[in-house]
Amino acid sequence: MISVQQKDFNQQIEYDRLRQASHTGAVVTFTGLVRDINQGEQITALTLEHYPAMTEKALIDIVEQAKARWSIINVTVIHRVGELQLLDQIVFVGIASLHRGDAFAACEFIIDYLKTQAPFWKKETNSEGESYWVDARESDQTALNKWNMV
Amino acid sequence: MIKVLFFAQLRDQLGISELSLNSDDNPNVQVLLNNLKDKNENWDRVLSKATLMVAINQTMSNKTATIVSGDEVAFFPPVTGG
Repeated sequence: MISVQQKDFNQQIEYDRLRQASHTGAVVTFTGLVRDINQGEQITALTLEHYPAMTEKALIDIVEQAKARWSIINVTVIHRVGELQLLDQIVFVGIASLHRGDAFAACEFIIDYLKTQAPFWKKETNSEGESYWVDARESDQTALNKWNMV
Repeated sequence: MIKVLFFAQLRDQLGISELSLNSDDNPNVQVLLNNLKDKNENWDRVLSKATLMVAINQTMSNKTATIVSGDEVAFFPPVTGG
């Protein structure tokens, strides 16, 4: 299941959905939250913009690449857009697999890939009331490189 | 005709989110970029960043890619989701 949405998501519902299929032996999930501090700035809110016609397509492509590399029984990717508050959930990646190895690897791959390839952009508001676009991090590109992507 | 889109800080810096251009004058991404940069100094500066990303018809692409009539070409800064 892939979803780009404004509304929040519920961990329990997503987890229960992931563990439905027969043969499932492991579920790994990752959740990204709105941090209250980023690169030394005190953050008060976050807005996520995206390229609506492309985001779902990009996420489908990312999931397909993960399925080609690891044995995956079920996968869920949810990414929120719009205005978010501190500690709000931003992104959810859940993988159900026969064994934990594939589930851990696929989950990390999907979030690494998503961070550098899916068309989302964060705009932060700091405690001074200033809003600015977040710069991409080199560490995110480095994280992607470990998967030997071209 | 082709549709050209700009997102995030690129849109803010250019002051426009979308424009339509003749496909005959813009056969590939590099030529399209050069034509856009010719508009003025601001466009030249904003679109000269090495980190600029491009998608054609909602798929990540690159500056050597060919453009044909009906294509949607999007320019944006490095993505920061997740």
